[in-house]
Amino acid sequence: MTRTLLSLLLVLFAPVALAQDVAPDVMVKGITTDVLNIIKKDKDIQAGNPRKIADLVETRILPHFDFARMTQIAVAVNWRNATPEQKKTLTEQFKTLLVRTYSNALTLYRDQTVDFKPLHMKAGDTEVTVRSEIRQKSGQPVTLEYDMEKTANGWKVYDVKVGGVSLITNYREDFAAQVRESGIDGLIKALTTKNRGAGSGKA
Amino acid sequence: MTVMRSISGIAVAALLAGSVAGCATAGRSPADPLEPVNRAVFGFNEKFDQVLLKPVAQGYRAVLPEVVRTGASNFFGNIEDLWIGANNLLQGKVENGLQDVMRVAINTVFGLGGLIDVASDAKLEKHNEDFGQTLGRWGFGPGPYIVLPFFGPSDVRDGIGFLGFDTAADPVWNLDHVPTRNSLYAERTVNSRANALDAVQVLEDAALDKYRFVRDSYLQRRRSLVYDGNPPRETPPAENAPAETDKTQK
Repeated sequence: MTRTLLSLLLVLFAPVALAQDVAPDVMVKGITTDVLNIIKKDKDIQAGNPRKIADLVETRILPHFDFARMTQIAVAVNWRNATPEQKKTLTEQFKTLLVRTYSNALTLYRDQTVDFKPLHMKAGDTEVTVRSEIRQKSGQPVTLEYDMEKTANGWKVYDVKVGGVSLITNYREDFAAQVRESGIDGLIKALTTKNRGAGSGKA
Repeated sequence: MTVMRSISGIAVAALLAGSVAGCATAGRSPADPLEPVNRAVFGFNEKFDQVLLKPVAQGYRAVLPEVVRTGASNFFGNIEDLWIGANNLLQGKVENGLQDVMRVAINTVFGLGGLIDVASDAKLEKHNEDFGQTLGRWGFGPGPYIVLPFFGPSDVRDGIGFLGFDTAADPVWNLDHVPTRNSLYAERTVNSRANALDAVQVLEDAALDKYRFVRDSYLQRRRSLVYDGNPPRETPPAENAPAETDKTQK
């Protein structure tokens, strides 16, 4: 009896402890399974209901991403020259762009399966890559890798590579060129325009 | 066949000439000295896609049920597996190469001539290889980025691999019966464009400048493929390298 009570207590309080200590691959696997199960059951999401998708992304996925670091990687050398205000705006706008783009991609999910590869991680590591593979009906599986960093608030994703292509690094040249042509404010403007344009009706 | 060979020859020569000419320009992305020419060809390809290829692919996807399209993808994938196997062997990856040969045998015999990918279900995974990757494996760097008319993103190494070798080894291109060859080639092109419809949409949502985004995705993707998904880490220019962006013009 006491044992059942104890395990019940453990289950109840487990989430609090988990957020800090859970291994990065276990975390990503858990989130992936949760999110895919939700999409599988929800016809509205599959049909592209924007509010439901936004809600799913907001609650289940975003808390595990470090957008400040992502933006810093994408803006690269120019990050140093940005004012704190510009950094804040850049991060907000880049986050909006990424969230919007890849939220749309979630609606493409049908019945692919995701396999996780064994994690190579030593005791004191604070940076790891969690590797997974999406298996499709035909053709080669697509690799999906998450670069993660250990922070005070648990493990956070700071880059995602699809088929070996980093979604963050890919913006470097593009951002650098924007800054070269019209400064950091120019880049902010380009991002804002892109986000606004996409908000009003998809191309 | 001979005509194809000579076309490839001319194209390879043009690629080489282009790469030499490219050395003169400076200031742009180091991987893309031919940017102005590439942008023009990219624009042409985009137009071609917009006007012809994409609408046809959309129609194709709307009309044909998924089973049929998967069958087509599997059929062309099966034809391609032999050359993939050859490239694996050329790169010294004997086990993978033999797996590819096994795949072709199994899918041809038990998968209705390649329409069903039974080999993948039997855990014989499909690989991604071509002669550009083989050259990369042998130590050839990519050289300048090049956008090929109709075929799209490439670089000097991959262009040579593709036009000079992959095409020459392509069973579809080598069919003697020209009408059959042309229809199979068209079907394959439309089918793979149809498969890419969603991905291209994501790309368009993501990119500020589509040309650069496609280019940098291509270069990263090829680098990853040459190293079979485990490329050595590049030194991140973010923190330590001098700012190449500061001194450039415009």
